[in-house]
Amino acid sequence: MSSLFNEVTSTRSDDVPVRRVTITVNGETHTADIEPRLLLAHLLRQGLKLTGTHTGCDTTNCGACTVLFDGRPVKSCTMLAVQADGHEVTTVEGLNTPSGLHPIQEGFKDEHGLQCGFCTPGMMMAAKALLDENPAPSEEDVRWALAGNLCRCTGYQNIVKAVLWAAERMDDTEAEEAS
Amino acid sequence: MYPSRFRYEAPTSLEEAIALLQQGAGEAKILAGGQSLIPLLKLRFAAPELLVDINGLPGLDHLVADPDGTIRIGALVRHEHIERSTLITERQPTIAAAAPLVADPIVRTRGTFVGSLCHADPQGDWAACMIALDGSIVAQGPNGRRTIPAREFVTGTFENVLDPAEIAVEAVIPPPQGEAHGGYLKLERRIGDFATAAVAVAADLRDGQVSRAGIALVGVGATTIDAREAADSLVDGALGPEAIDRAADLAAEAAHPRSDHRGSASYKRHIVRTFTARILTQLDRSTQKAA
Repeated sequence: MSSLFNEVTSTRSDDVPVRRVTITVNGETHTADIEPRLLLAHLLRQGLKLTGTHTGCDTTNCGACTVLFDGRPVKSCTMLAVQADGHEVTTVEGLNTPSGLHPIQEGFKDEHGLQCGFCTPGMMMAAKALLDENPAPSEEDVRWALAGNLCRCTGYQNIVKAVLWAAERMDDTEAEEAS
Repeated sequence: MYPSRFRYEAPTSLEEAIALLQQGAGEAKILAGGQSLIPLLKLRFAAPELLVDINGLPGLDHLVADPDGTIRIGALVRHEHIERSTLITERQPTIAAAAPLVADPIVRTRGTFVGSLCHADPQGDWAACMIALDGSIVAQGPNGRRTIPAREFVTGTFENVLDPAEIAVEAVIPPPQGEAHGGYLKLERRIGDFATAAVAVAADLRDGQVSRAGIALVGVGATTIDAREAADSLVDGALGPEAIDRAADLAAEAAHPRSDHRGSASYKRHIVRTFTARILTQLDRSTQKAA
């Protein structure tokens, strides 16, 4: 096992500082003994095997590792896992609804909002944070909200369309539920 | 990339945090928003022995105005909090203009105003605003509190005047002398990139005259530049094309840009001139409209 997460849980020694943390990820509570230098992105990917969260640039530029931290988007490569102790994290795996894909995921599919797919999880989580606060964003709102996420394939056009598609769909669903 | 190994403490009181920093004896770093520190740890530009996470400290997330108009920004106030604050949009135009231009929207959910000041990056947006506004930083250490003017806070690139056991607990913006006006413009190749150049302007107006002014420049020197002569040239006069031109020329003279991949020195100087004039012109127009 090469991950820091497993390393510290399996071979504890006295000179390695270890902290016990309890983190709720996608509604499920996990307790782990981790080294404080473990990044949240690595805890998710290697510790919890939630590899939907991608690590791209590793320098806080690209946003591929974006997850929701207590409902707000953060770059999980720029947070220590130990900082998430007692907090709630939502990853792209947590977007799924009981009835299937989340409207944001459907939107990316329908509007071809991805090519290589590397930035997609981060884009979707940033979009989720936007739509949670602003269910009817303008195109400009979407572009501003996604400004911390880089895509090297699409030129962003279809990503923006996908988010607007999702906003419309979620609005319809809510209207149906209300009627 | 992993940071090198460090000890991590998350104190729950300021006193405890200061005691930990004292123990750290210069080998400790404070972790607030972490949006600059964690990349530095990962790149191993910083390798502290101890990390003191202040995110759990109570009483540091205040963004308030005192009855006299002084604005206080606690050490745990995130950029996003400032961007969304009606207090800021209504009362502090320089800060309000800069808030949506700091880093990118996701970094803004974590990064802190005071942390950005402490980081002392010459590309930092907030240091320029604080200098333009005659702001100060309140630090608490083993021997109590002291207030440091923003202008004296930074001693060099990534260097500030804090003692190893001191924590910057809040940033303070003094009340305006009259009506607060100002703006912030930044040229960046893309959102999240370091600024090619940026300009912060604050100008308090009373009866159509500039009662106090501050102009600070970003990305055109080894530290944030206080364009004092440019700002002083505006004081006790009315704004107008001539005053604006003179201030913009002086601001451009105060810049010490270096040619790099973001632009040549003369280009950056030109940006400083243009931005200074643009902010002041807009300010002049908006106040004339209001009058």
